[in-house]
Amino acid sequence: MFKYLFAKNEDIPTGSAAIYFGFSSIIWFVIGTGLGSFNAAKLGFPDFVTGSFVFAFGHMRQVHVMAVIFGWISMAFAMAMMYITPIIGNTKLWSEKLGLWNCFLWNVGLTLALTLMWTFGIESGREYSDFPWPIDLYIVFFILFPLALNVWMTIKNRRTQGIYTTNWFFAAATFMVAIVFLVGNSPEFFHLTGLTEAYLTWWFAHNVLGLWITPVAAAIAYYTIPKVTGNPLYSHRIGHLHFWSVVVFYSTPAAHHLMSAPLPEWLKSFASVEGVLILVPAIAFVSNILLTMQGKWHMFVENLEIKFTVTGVLMAIPLNMQGGFQQTRAINWYIHGTGWIVAHAHLALLGFSTFMEVAAVYLGMQTLMRRKLYSIALGNFHYWMLLIGFSTYWISMTIAGLIQGAGKIYEVPYIDVVVAEHPYMIARWIGGTMVFTGNIVWLYNMWMTARAGTVIPAGRQPHELAYER
Amino acid sequence: MAFRQYTVGARMFGLALGSSMMITLFFPSIDIRNVTATESALDRQLQDGWDAGFNLTDPILKGWNKPVKVLMTKDPKTGAALPPGTYAYVYSAGTWFPSGIIHPVILGAGASDLTVQKGRVGEADNKAGAVFMVKHGMFEGQDYAYIEDVTATQGWMPEAVLSSAPEANVSHSGAGKTMFVREGCWWCHTLLPEETQDWQAFGVPPMLGDFNGASPTSFGSDRKAPDLLHVASRNSSREWMLMHFFNPRLVQPHSIMPRFDYLWGDKDASGKDIDFGKWRAEYDEYHEGKRDTPPDVPEPAKNSEIRELLDFMLSLK
Repeated sequence: MFKYLFAKNEDIPTGSAAIYFGFSSIIWFVIGTGLGSFNAAKLGFPDFVTGSFVFAFGHMRQVHVMAVIFGWISMAFAMAMMYITPIIGNTKLWSEKLGLWNCFLWNVGLTLALTLMWTFGIESGREYSDFPWPIDLYIVFFILFPLALNVWMTIKNRRTQGIYTTNWFFAAATFMVAIVFLVGNSPEFFHLTGLTEAYLTWWFAHNVLGLWITPVAAAIAYYTIPKVTGNPLYSHRIGHLHFWSVVVFYSTPAAHHLMSAPLPEWLKSFASVEGVLILVPAIAFVSNILLTMQGKWHMFVENLEIKFTVTGVLMAIPLNMQGGFQQTRAINWYIHGTGWIVAHAHLALLGFSTFMEVAAVYLGMQTLMRRKLYSIALGNFHYWMLLIGFSTYWISMTIAGLIQGAGKIYEVPYIDVVVAEHPYMIARWIGGTMVFTGNIVWLYNMWMTARAGTVIPAGRQPHELAYER
Repeated sequence: MAFRQYTVGARMFGLALGSSMMITLFFPSIDIRNVTATESALDRQLQDGWDAGFNLTDPILKGWNKPVKVLMTKDPKTGAALPPGTYAYVYSAGTWFPSGIIHPVILGAGASDLTVQKGRVGEADNKAGAVFMVKHGMFEGQDYAYIEDVTATQGWMPEAVLSSAPEANVSHSGAGKTMFVREGCWWCHTLLPEETQDWQAFGVPPMLGDFNGASPTSFGSDRKAPDLLHVASRNSSREWMLMHFFNPRLVQPHSIMPRFDYLWGDKDASGKDIDFGKWRAEYDEYHEGKRDTPPDVPEPAKNSEIRELLDFMLSLK
């Protein structure tokens, strides 16, 4: 890939940027989940690798979070945008070269940022916006802006009359995430302090999920399901409802992350009501996708991409039921600050969104490399490791959270809660390690697909060919 | 081909997102701006200094550029005895001031007026250094806490204040907050007892004005361990905390907290090298029942990072 960085744009093979992003995202997924497994081991066995500055839990926890969000998830998004946007617009990517540079600078910047964070403990002290502000500026101007430019210009140069649902989301989300970064990190740029800082920290954390991860993940499903099943999207109108309700409802409930902090009461009540309204885009999305599956449900079993995507869509149901109601005062007082929230965050990122991105990467890599997946057996192994590993994690952390909640309400001495949680911490580590193992297998499978997968004949789609191994 | 331009959609999008920003950013900022800082907020920001997270004066989070909080027993100029519980916040030459000194408007109505008029913080100069205190005064018939630049009002110089107080009365809690952020204590310990419960176990939840000037607030969100906002009111034993930081299992066998022995640095209080390998080997023997007592925890050096973190813990009243 490096040889194309200085090549002429027209000499770069179509899909190079997406393939580069695809492999990068898988490698970051392996790194991110490996760190997650390591951290979980420390919670189960506190003297595992101890007395070391670099390997201290407090220096590694945020590296895991940042690696999966900005390495795995966001790079998988970029990979999807690099190949889906042009396909939907019936055109080529605006600039393969910009895409390659985008990916190169992304890898360099993220590696540097995480190394500093890990080895020196450099940290802004603000959850989810942990990167120091020079890194935030780098992310906006060298990562997000080139990505957005490529997406917007490809859509502008489309050879179709209208714009399909997926591309509305891509175009809007790349814009919104830049705004979220610039506004959400303003406490660091301008040294805003106190409640303003606390509120903007969670304004960022909420919106980076609500206006970046959730809509882009959904947009991918809007492409994958119709493309592979051959069914047209059930309803364009419900897609409209989804899009507009994301913009209006998902951008407003930031304060529900601070329900028990001393923020203005009207703000908390408003955020809570808007938080319930997140169910509008959620139900629109899930029903639209599941109805698109009509008559093609056999593919849920037979086709790997559909299996991953539909699993992700099904996980959106418990995710949004939790998300809509756990932030109301009636429930939040019980589960706030407990493992329940950790489970919910993993349901959003490792369940709902990751499963759809994995499908997009599987599908895109086969389409662009013109190679059929090397092994469906390994693909299915990956699926089940992810699903069982994630479920183990989610169930154990949800139970641990309910125990913590009860301990909190009944004012049980904290150490008794720690003792009661211990088995669930071990279960969490086992679940996380399964996900990590599955991802190593995935990396091998994708590598072998590039090297030894059957060549897809011109004019054929990958899902039209039979699996071989 | 005739393209659809999406002009209406683009405008609607701008309107929708703009309204959302108006409600979630602009309106709350009006309310938050009107909050008056409490005494606790003034104390907190004067001891924390400019910023405890990444910033250009402390890019690798070593606790540089931080003030110290000094318990005063006598006036450094006149030598007169001071009432018990008098604290001064000493900013040596070059140390950056917190937001409340540079932009007193963030202290809110009353507190900011008194801080500027009676406290004379406008005269503080960070090149020369300054000493601050928290005082109480009346503004428009109401009592407010405010910040006073005692270098300007009483001529107390930073060096004089530091040399008038014994070492035991000097707290490095500002640098300790940096350690709290860097070591990720807040990934497990919150600094926010919840409004809906926690009163008996963790103390009073903070109030609206308790945060003016705090940066970062580091509330924490994932509570795997007790809340620490009032920890020193529950347990102020320096010995217990030292053992607990060195190896939490010394005092709480079921704890899952990591060991923070590396914050001791290389040398102990008497300047001798700390032999961590030997300590761990002896601890393992104790753990296996081959020793009756665990090895002693080394006394930390005065300038060690653990001393700063400990000072911060003990400041959380």
